[in-house]
Amino acid sequence: MEASAVTAAGNGRTGRWRQRLVPAAFLLPALIFLGVWIVYPTVRTVIRSFFDRNGSGFVWLDNYKTIFTTDTLRTALKNNALWVAVVPALVTAIGLVFAVLTERVRWSTAFKTAVFMPMAISLFAAGVIWHLMDDKDPGKGTVNASIKAVKGAFGSSGVLTQGQGSTPQLVGSTKTGFVLRTPLRPGATALLGLTAIPPAAVPKGAKQAVAAAPRSGAITGTVWRDFRPGGGRPGRVEPGEIGIPGATVELRDSAGKAVATTTAGADGSFAFGGAKPGIYHAAISKKTFEPPFGGVSWLGPKLITPAVMIAYIWVWAGFAMVVIAAGLSAISREVLEAARTDGATEWQVFRRVTVPLLAPVLSVVFITMIINVLKVFDIILSVAPQSSQDDANVIALAMWRTSFGGVNDFGLGSAIAVLLFVLVVPALLLNIRRFRREE
Amino acid sequence: MEASAPTHPAGRFARTRERERTGESRLARVGRLFARGPLHVLLIVIAVLWLVPTFALFVTSLLPPSEITQTGWWHVIAHPSLATFDNYKHLFDNHDIVTSLVTTVEIAVGNTILLVVVASLAGYAFAWMRFPGRDVLFVIVIALLVVPLQTALIPIFSLYQSTGLFDTVLGLVLFHTAFGLPFGIFLMRNFFMGIPKDIMESARIDGASELRIFVKLILPLGLPAIASLAIFQFLWTWNDLIVALTFGRNTQPLTVAIFSQTRQFGSNIELIAPASFLSLAIPLAVFLALQRYFVQGMLAGSVK
Repeated sequence: MEASAVTAAGNGRTGRWRQRLVPAAFLLPALIFLGVWIVYPTVRTVIRSFFDRNGSGFVWLDNYKTIFTTDTLRTALKNNALWVAVVPALVTAIGLVFAVLTERVRWSTAFKTAVFMPMAISLFAAGVIWHLMDDKDPGKGTVNASIKAVKGAFGSSGVLTQGQGSTPQLVGSTKTGFVLRTPLRPGATALLGLTAIPPAAVPKGAKQAVAAAPRSGAITGTVWRDFRPGGGRPGRVEPGEIGIPGATVELRDSAGKAVATTTAGADGSFAFGGAKPGIYHAAISKKTFEPPFGGVSWLGPKLITPAVMIAYIWVWAGFAMVVIAAGLSAISREVLEAARTDGATEWQVFRRVTVPLLAPVLSVVFITMIINVLKVFDIILSVAPQSSQDDANVIALAMWRTSFGGVNDFGLGSAIAVLLFVLVVPALLLNIRRFRREE
Repeated sequence: MEASAPTHPAGRFARTRERERTGESRLARVGRLFARGPLHVLLIVIAVLWLVPTFALFVTSLLPPSEITQTGWWHVIAHPSLATFDNYKHLFDNHDIVTSLVTTVEIAVGNTILLVVVASLAGYAFAWMRFPGRDVLFVIVIALLVVPLQTALIPIFSLYQSTGLFDTVLGLVLFHTAFGLPFGIFLMRNFFMGIPKDIMESARIDGASELRIFVKLILPLGLPAIASLAIFQFLWTWNDLIVALTFGRNTQPLTVAIFSQTRQFGSNIELIAPASFLSLAIPLAVFLALQRYFVQGMLAGSVK
């Protein structure tokens, strides 16, 4: 769109002067800001990056070499590459899915507000939120508490934490489980006695143990605490000795492969019915000794980058959703309806019509996210504890820590800043091209 | 006005909704609602997932210090009597936090006003004035859109040290204004270009000066775009950490004050949680009240 400038009373010399002066006056404040705070410093930073930390010695490309040879800086590059590879694609995909799902839902505005809301929050505060969410202790961290709740629903934590075989026949450890060496055929019984279980560690609801009676065609047995005050005789179920309810028992074939599993009752008894003829071994599974869920160490060195990414995606998904939803609403209904009339399934409509028509919007979101991800900074400082910050390092954070975080090497810091700048240059050129095409 | 401006997708939203409302009978709509029950459940689950983290921070901020290190926030649901506003009382007794709240307001408000004025002036010049080099200059503005502020930190640090702008609210305001300008100019210019030509021409033929046209005509007409830009910049500055961390020592906005507390994370959550919630409650309120302008500004900035 060409804006025509109609000049007011522009005759003669004064008119021409006014024609030049008025625009200059309107533009001057902006040009001063852009010049002094963006253009000049960028040039200065490039020059500074060729000098040493004091700024006196010209070191040519040494600072750039240092970037690629220092461990924490290489971690930063690697992490940033991971960020670029994972986050923009995920954010765009999530935004697309949310936008399509809500498209014809009546309360979509409420949904969009909920998902978009984190955009108003600072990345730093979002990081504080997720730092608390990611606490390792399942009693405090929401994420681990949720995992524990799900795991608990499937009952994967064991009923015991310690124990050992009461006779030399029962061999193994709590890590591998305990196998009864006596071979069993259908109709036999297995006595799986455990000792070294403190009274307090006996599972709730345990009753007097009962030696299992043999049953034709089945392998029966008992898992019990083979100890009573005063000792008792190992390997025999005696009065005062109690069963271990919930203990997981495996029936293994001659090759050692578990063919059946069951759990012991309150009196410690268990039964494997309908066993085919052959030789078996009974074993107390290691599951019996599986420690309770102690929490995933999200903020530890291994998982810190995924943890920060989750927080970041939580913030930015709403942006992608809103931009893509706006693009979606601009797609003509007729095109979609025509495809449906032709018998296309919803998936085909999505894959063959919606996504191709949305391609320009998707690429805008994707590119915007690449630029954002290259500059990721605050959220890392607040999610990652001091001890994990080296492992969570990224270019923007490395630049700041090198320049202002104690090291105070302005030469190296400038070089990192230049590297960051170079990485956004493709986006810069793309912006200009898009603008040129549209005008 | 709304319809002619290139930056307003609101009209499109409205039209889609209209089509949906008239296109089908009530019965068909109820039937479809049932058929899509799983979709609604899924969306509710997602929405709850997205709300839980912020809610968790809020509830945590209500826990007394003795509980905060012991239990998860969800215990409050079973024992609502645990919740207390004591943490917030202590927060407002904390001199540093109150000072930093004032500093944050100063920076955010000062910067927003300055940016809106400078960006509107330049945006108007780019949209409606003819001068040599206009297009080249505007392409430069577009190029500056993506320049990372890290590129400017070191030279500006030295500049501020030598000019006394270091550790001042003014220094922070000026820096934020500069880095908000490329987007601001871009947004205002695009909006102003949507103003109908005959309105401009008649004003100029009447002999009004450019300044008069700008104040009496452009600014009132540009109010929706100004609102978008103002909200954007307010949130951006309010939420900033890196700039204030670099150019401030005692001039600390909330984010920096909280950051210095997080260095001992764990021992002082009863301060960090309410302070963090305070720091996000204000942008959140601004956002919820003026969501429309926020979304419009974002769409104008990214889709254009």
